[in-house]
Amino acid sequence: MLTYKVEPKGAVSPGISTCQGCMIDVIFRNALDVLGEDTVLVVPPGCAAQFSGCGPEASVTVAGIQGNLENSAAIASGIANGYKHQGNDHTTICVIAGDGGTVDIGLQSLSGAMERNENILYICYDNEAYMNTGVQGSSSTPLAASTTTTPAGKPVNSKDLFRICMAHNIPYAATASIANIPDFRRKVQKAKDIRGCRVIHIMSPCPTGWGYKSAKTVEVAREAINSGAWLLLEYENGRLTISKKPTALGQVESYVRMQKRFKGASDEAIAALSAHVCERYTYMEKLTQIMA
Amino acid sequence: MPTSTHATRKVLGPCSHILVAANTGSWRLERPDVDPELCIRCGTCAMYCPTACITVSKDKSEFPLTFDWNYCKGCGICGNECPKKAIRMIPEGGE
Repeated sequence: MLTYKVEPKGAVSPGISTCQGCMIDVIFRNALDVLGEDTVLVVPPGCAAQFSGCGPEASVTVAGIQGNLENSAAIASGIANGYKHQGNDHTTICVIAGDGGTVDIGLQSLSGAMERNENILYICYDNEAYMNTGVQGSSSTPLAASTTTTPAGKPVNSKDLFRICMAHNIPYAATASIANIPDFRRKVQKAKDIRGCRVIHIMSPCPTGWGYKSAKTVEVAREAINSGAWLLLEYENGRLTISKKPTALGQVESYVRMQKRFKGASDEAIAALSAHVCERYTYMEKLTQIMA
Repeated sequence: MPTSTHATRKVLGPCSHILVAANTGSWRLERPDVDPELCIRCGTCAMYCPTACITVSKDKSEFPLTFDWNYCKGCGICGNECPKKAIRMIPEGGE
């Protein structure tokens, strides 16, 4: 079936033209490593589309399809139902989509798949803007971040995909970060063993769009976890847990000042971002107590 | 138009069937240089390396890290994440 011109690393080709310092390779490699060969990938356009191949050239060793931005969850639902009618209940159908293809354009098909509780695993890697087309703001872009469509800083807060997933009462939803790979692998393993619609939202900082040196990717992601700008959460069978508590909640200053996209942000805007971060964490913490 | 050349199976539409890799090693402006005295072979660099081009040797008689220079993009994440600061980035072609 597949002709090997190079030796793959895990299930992924060793040389992929993602930017220097981009961690999408790591997300794909670890996800496919945990999911195994019995997986079908659905990848919409975006940075991750480089993994669905170009012409006859493939970049992953598992079967996959490149869909459109708006229908990746619908394609995955179709594949899942096709397999169901063939009596195949072991193959994992995995979508790996960017934030634009998930929280903006693909939200309706994902919402439909979550409502019908289709047997799919949806992984959203979140670089907080449309990085592949030249850093246009998405609804995942945080408050005060500058993009080409919000040059003076985004005036509103980002959409909370995790809470949208929770509102659909799906069996499993989680957030992860590339700064904590063992946690991500654990969550993918957990999602693999559950049947129904599962969503994992993983943060993947973008050196090109966020404006920091390529070596700092993991450091930026870790800083986001420490300040609470990115929370590691897990929602399973109606129970919400916080995987890791932020060590310096609300202190977004060090996180924000590492990145050029916040360069023009005023102190008030940063204070508003910090207040939003604290508010969201407090809300989630209260929810964990209610849903325990 | 089927573009796949697979003889025994009819493939409708374009299909990727050759696993290839880009020579991302040619992008490198800086390369990692490991100090074998400081390296504790923990594998943190290998876990975070985007191209998975670091191999950690647990055998104490061998050099701790080997890099696959065909694919190392020179991003510097390994050096930044090293808990012992055993990896430094040196300009490609220098030293």
